[in-house]
Amino acid sequence: MKLLEVSKVCKSFGGIRALDACSIDVEKGSITGLIGPNGSGKTTLFNVVTGYEMIDAGEILFEGGSITDATPDKVFRLGMARTFQLTRIFPRLTVLENMHVASQREGIRALLSRWSSSQEQQRALELLEFVGIVHLKDLPAGNLSYGQKKLLEFAYILIADPQVILLDEPAGGVNPTMINQLAERIRTLNKSGVTFLVVEHNMEFVMGLCDRVMVMHRGTKIADGTPKQVRKNPAVLEAYLGD
Amino acid sequence: MAQLILEAIITGILSGAVYALMASGLTLIFGVMEIINIAQGALVILGAYLSYALQDKFHIDLFMGLLLTMPVMFLLGLLIEIVLIRPLKRDRTMLSILVTFAIALIIEGVLGVFFGTNYVQLHSWYIDSTIQIGDYYLSYIYIFGFVLSLILLGLLYFLLYRTKFGFGLRASMQNRTAAELIGIDVERVSAITFGIGVALAAAGGMAYGATSAFNPASHLDLISRLLVIIILGGMGSMKGAPIASVVMLVIEDVTSVIWSPVWANTVFFALLVVILLVRPRGLFGQLESRKQ
Amino acid sequence: MKAVRITGLIVLGMLVVAFPIAFPNPAVTTIAVFTVLFAAAATGWNIFSGYSGYIALGHGVYFGLGSYAIALMCQDWKIPGGTIPLLLIPLAGIVAAIFALPFGWIALRTRRHAFIVITIATFFIMQLMAYNLRPITHGSAGISLPLPPPSWTGNVFNIPFYYSALAILLFALLTSWWVRNSKYGLGLLAIRDDEDRALSLGVNTGPFKLVAFVISAFFVGMVGALHAYFIGSIFPPFAFDALFDVIVALMAFLGGIGTLAGPVLGAFILEPTQQYFTLEFSNNGYYLIIYGILFVVIILLMPEGIMPTLQKYWIKVRSSGNSGQNEPEEVEKKNKKTAVLKAAKGEEKGQSHETA
Repeated sequence: MKLLEVSKVCKSFGGIRALDACSIDVEKGSITGLIGPNGSGKTTLFNVVTGYEMIDAGEILFEGGSITDATPDKVFRLGMARTFQLTRIFPRLTVLENMHVASQREGIRALLSRWSSSQEQQRALELLEFVGIVHLKDLPAGNLSYGQKKLLEFAYILIADPQVILLDEPAGGVNPTMINQLAERIRTLNKSGVTFLVVEHNMEFVMGLCDRVMVMHRGTKIADGTPKQVRKNPAVLEAYLGD
Repeated sequence: MAQLILEAIITGILSGAVYALMASGLTLIFGVMEIINIAQGALVILGAYLSYALQDKFHIDLFMGLLLTMPVMFLLGLLIEIVLIRPLKRDRTMLSILVTFAIALIIEGVLGVFFGTNYVQLHSWYIDSTIQIGDYYLSYIYIFGFVLSLILLGLLYFLLYRTKFGFGLRASMQNRTAAELIGIDVERVSAITFGIGVALAAAGGMAYGATSAFNPASHLDLISRLLVIIILGGMGSMKGAPIASVVMLVIEDVTSVIWSPVWANTVFFALLVVILLVRPRGLFGQLESRKQ
Repeated sequence: MKAVRITGLIVLGMLVVAFPIAFPNPAVTTIAVFTVLFAAAATGWNIFSGYSGYIALGHGVYFGLGSYAIALMCQDWKIPGGTIPLLLIPLAGIVAAIFALPFGWIALRTRRHAFIVITIATFFIMQLMAYNLRPITHGSAGISLPLPPPSWTGNVFNIPFYYSALAILLFALLTSWWVRNSKYGLGLLAIRDDEDRALSLGVNTGPFKLVAFVISAFFVGMVGALHAYFIGSIFPPFAFDALFDVIVALMAFLGGIGTLAGPVLGAFILEPTQQYFTLEFSNNGYYLIIYGILFVVIILLMPEGIMPTLQKYWIKVRSSGNSGQNEPEEVEKKNKKTAVLKAAKGEEKGQSHETA
């Protein structure tokens, strides 16, 4: 079942066509990779899907329903979360407080109560444990190293139990040991039903992790298949080398 | 009535030019440094008092006096930027508001000590005598002030768009980091920009002092109007500032005639609120796009 | 550790409560009343500006609205002097809060820089209204408040005002504390750090900000009301004081903006100092110069304020005792390098997306 469908989407910035009749889709329960040379439109695609930019033409569907004009908070509440290339955490809040920002608790009563209620706290600590930074829980998030911040960002979107997670260059700037741990965690979460769409430049990471890879070039999809297929695709090689 | 309105429009345009001088400095500083110089009003008043002192003590003509006051205030601007603003690292915009406000208070205090708190006004033959256009009497100063404003703003545009420095300045305005990466000394540009903004305040001060009575405390009312003008024009927009100045002054003067001078003041601020409801970025401001 | 903190707070509390009895000199207690009032105002202001990061410089509006509200209520309802006006203070606060709803909604449509200016503009509009709406506000003549009964003279006069001010401060502190520890407050703090990210995580940024704005207006309004009653009469530039916001903002910054005790600390330091200056340097000019210089020095030397500086020092002291912190530090050094390169690349890429 197609969880996310992007149909013939166009987006221009001034005279530049960042997305040119781009169509991609993500199957439910998959770990899908999205690669392509610089400027191919990957981050723009993320931005239009999650509501940070409005598209000029085309359609975006999530679970069959349209999210073409949705704002970022709406998209999040529907179950789609994303991370950013330049990690965005809340630097002046502690690691634990960062976790609670995204925790979903509906209603005025929930808002008025202390943020560290026992159930939420349990879950937050578990997730911090899962990514391996629970020992840093009381430090201001701004004090964390780059890699730790990335893990925190990964953890805090998990607290909302998203259905699909869009990762924008999760391996960027992270040391090799942590990259493997990250891949492990993605696999674990995927087994419990979370769908992933991963943009990455690190080929090893993508090819080893994803069961399906799509390649973008100049704002549109040029290849789509298993890592092996994509590797051998001449159009892909040309896109990377011939530019 | 129509006659009165026409006169109001003309006066509005002419005074608008004076405000444009003061507002351009303010929006320039914001555009390059992302700080709101609350002291701009006080610096204008300082300029006015300097012109006043030069004329009173040394009998130097107001316009000639600018050749002295503008460079001096330019240097003052450099000094202020380097000593008091450059050290601000975190939370720059907010802290700069407080710091420049403090500077404004200090200037107000100093002026009060030297000149007292009585209202003064600049005098000269072109202020006290008028030229007759039809049924309408217009003080020469308005025309001279308008011309001064055109000349200085013209020079400013020349500086911005035709010189290497101006290029560096505009680059810093658009993207500080990128400008640094291509070798522009952003700190130097910031200091000089601040100096220019203050020099423009000196000129604006002379024109302002020639057309209104002022005392050290006048800066508060003045800065609030200048802020309204640059928000309306779009913060950081060099073409927005003069246009907004003229628009606001014309509307204020016309309201004064149609309704009452008492409400003209209020209209000034109320108009801002209305416009921001409809178009939060002002006339020519940049849309604050969502941070990715 | 916690026991020490609580004992310390209790002792402090007792000192504050017993203050006017221990130091009955009316000159001293007058300063005390003003200090506590400003502490309450700064705390209220902090609930919005400190927690959300939107610096509002027009809260003098609510101070003025509270002042005029109580003055008009006493005038129109023929309230006699004494304790009754004190009971009207919360009502005045509510009046201010009601105005804050539309004002805040309009102002919050803009982002940080324009927001500051629009709060300033709103302030001047209201000040001008106070001058111009003569039938209601008596224009520049102002309004007088009822005189307290003769039994309140001499040393005793300030006492009810002091304790009323203390009550407002306590109320403000409790509210601030509760907000800080609630999920709502966490949302505000997230807005302060990264509003768009908070929005994208489901935080209702619009309503959150507006509610904080209204709450802060409520407290500032109450302070204005008590202040008006204390002084005895109000007129436009006094009730709508342009310097009010800057003074309150400075207090919050000095003590530590966004912290709980910071604004109170800042007020306790600055207000007595300001009163002292006004007494010593009656020539307005000198007073402004010294005040301005003090201002600048405080901001340049302690941009984060006293509390956060102390807190940082405290964290340093605590963690220097812990071992086993080495691993993250090593990794941190390596990652810092890659992070810098990555950041530069990232910014470049960000640019190239728009130009390529």
